[in-house]
Amino acid sequence: MLRLNRRLFIGSAAAASAALSAPAVLGQAKPRVVVVGGGAGGATAARYLAKDSAGAIEVTLVETNPVYTTCFFSNLYLGGFYAFEDLQHEVGTLSSAGVNVVIDTATGVDRAAKTVTLASGTVLPYDRLVLSPGIDFKEGSVPGWSVADAEVMPHAYKAGPQTQLLKAQVEAMPQGGVFAMITPPNPYRCPPGPYERISMIAHILKTSNPTAKILVADPKENFSKRALFEEGWDKHYPGMIERIGPEFGGDKFEVRPASMEVVIDGEVTKVDACNVIPAQQAGMIAAIAGVTADSGWAPVNPENMQAKADANVYVLGDASAQGDMPKSGFSANSQAKVAVNAIRGELTGSRVFPARYSNTCWSLIAPDDGVKVGAAYEPTPEKIASVSNFISQTGEDAALRKTTYEESLGWYSGIVADMYG
Amino acid sequence: MPGSFRPFRPLGAAVALALAAALPAGANPIGDAAEGARLFRQQCSACHQIGEGARNGVGPHLNGVFGRRAGAIDGYSYSRSMARMGADGLTWTLATLDAYVENPKALVSGTKMAYRGLKDDDARQDVMAYLRDHSDMPQNIPEAEPTARASMPALPPEILSIEGDVEFGEYLAAECLTCHRRDGADEGIPSITGWPAEDFVVAMHAYREKLRPHQVMQMMARRLANDEIAALAAYFETLGE
Repeated sequence: MLRLNRRLFIGSAAAASAALSAPAVLGQAKPRVVVVGGGAGGATAARYLAKDSAGAIEVTLVETNPVYTTCFFSNLYLGGFYAFEDLQHEVGTLSSAGVNVVIDTATGVDRAAKTVTLASGTVLPYDRLVLSPGIDFKEGSVPGWSVADAEVMPHAYKAGPQTQLLKAQVEAMPQGGVFAMITPPNPYRCPPGPYERISMIAHILKTSNPTAKILVADPKENFSKRALFEEGWDKHYPGMIERIGPEFGGDKFEVRPASMEVVIDGEVTKVDACNVIPAQQAGMIAAIAGVTADSGWAPVNPENMQAKADANVYVLGDASAQGDMPKSGFSANSQAKVAVNAIRGELTGSRVFPARYSNTCWSLIAPDDGVKVGAAYEPTPEKIASVSNFISQTGEDAALRKTTYEESLGWYSGIVADMYG
Repeated sequence: MPGSFRPFRPLGAAVALALAAALPAGANPIGDAAEGARLFRQQCSACHQIGEGARNGVGPHLNGVFGRRAGAIDGYSYSRSMARMGADGLTWTLATLDAYVENPKALVSGTKMAYRGLKDDDARQDVMAYLRDHSDMPQNIPEAEPTARASMPALPPEILSIEGDVEFGEYLAAECLTCHRRDGADEGIPSITGWPAEDFVVAMHAYREKLRPHQVMQMMARRLANDEIAALAAYFETLGE
């Protein structure tokens, strides 16, 4: 029995119109979807497409790394709360959900011919293309630094060997040494990420190197969960962290990898480790596909994550420009489910339901001191808009903070199971 | 059970009382405390002590329960679920206690209180009145709340008889499954797989009305329409089969 209300009516109408326009695709053996990127957006999209269409759609996932390392929770590895292996997940497990997993790198997209070219030379035809390539860095955004310098001053903002290098550098700091961080301008992946990372490095230094200092150059006047972080820093790491905001020249910086120096507003500091998190843009393949705007991100339709440049292309997660949602693994996972519902509707005529999105970001400030921020989102004609939100409060008791931390561990377990099965 | 019709029983006190809380407070007694004492001896006293010298037994003692944070008695070993609810901010008020006694697992999913619940509204009010008489910190309690008689406005029948659309529920459930594991594992976030639909519906309404504490869940529940709650409940019940 179909209960008619406004939402379902819209959903059914959309499904019906999709079914009418579907025959061109349905005429061939099986509609094909190619997903580029095996992270929170891509893995979720591939798995749900295969699972929910029960074989009616041929789903191919292209991912460069056979083992995916999640960027979310990599700060907990830096803080010693997670082993590096805990962040790693075999992309190949998606084949048990019916996904054709291809370990290769997408190097070209021909939107007219509807094909993706891989580094190996393989050409994959598609009816719908899902791009979930994460981020790339904007060259020149940090004076004195280029990606080639990441072996000396790591970005550690794509999880993997870079994260391990940063941890090793922090641990090798001399007693009383200086750790520096250059934080990125908005928008960037994981808004609380740099500040959680500062907390985790402070936690490590507090026991192994208590006289060390942390120097942060920040071009942003404000940042995510600021009151919570600053309260926690005062409480757990008094006197250790110095953040220089733009009001004190934190937006005027230069780094010198050769001499291990950081220059902030003209003042030169010799540092022992330096984490450079540059300005960001959509993963390269989005620009190659021609679906990005001048901003470097790919504009999408708020109701289904379809690229504004091409109705056959969907862009998920960090790479998309969608409105109010933060660039997070949670967001990408949420967006993937909406996109999958829309793609299935277009290709197989299945029911299309109204989009709804959500996000929660947990951050760890110190052992058992977890905080969170989150919001619910709905599409408007202009953008994905926040409709309600919450944030942890300053002064919360220890029991609640511990519960919040334990909840974050549960979330990691949950989303990874949701992505890879 | 796609396709079958499942009438939900009327939503419990959880919802009714939340609605009542918005009404002007009266000063009527909650119920008949003497009758509550009889019911307590009959149904509760095997596990719970109350009154002078009461100590923890199978269950925690119940002196001063009104206004107390859930899971807060030192020396009593609570279920993980109750401890979590307390940490999240669940406080025993007339509304929350009444909801708990009516259907313990609907309010605190993993409670170790093996009590099926007291379904009769009047009997429950009598027990509430008895418990209230043994709450020794009335100064901590808003005067109106514990003494006001809970009224039970009937929810519109169209809400109570909604058939859960399982396919819609599956779509909506994708949002839950970012945190709650489909396989039912509980590693810091409770399992909702295979949860009885009735309990699911009561719990979601309790979050929506902010009877149950938890920032994320209150936000999630707030935008769920009644038919969406029914759809989710139907889907998660099938997931456990």
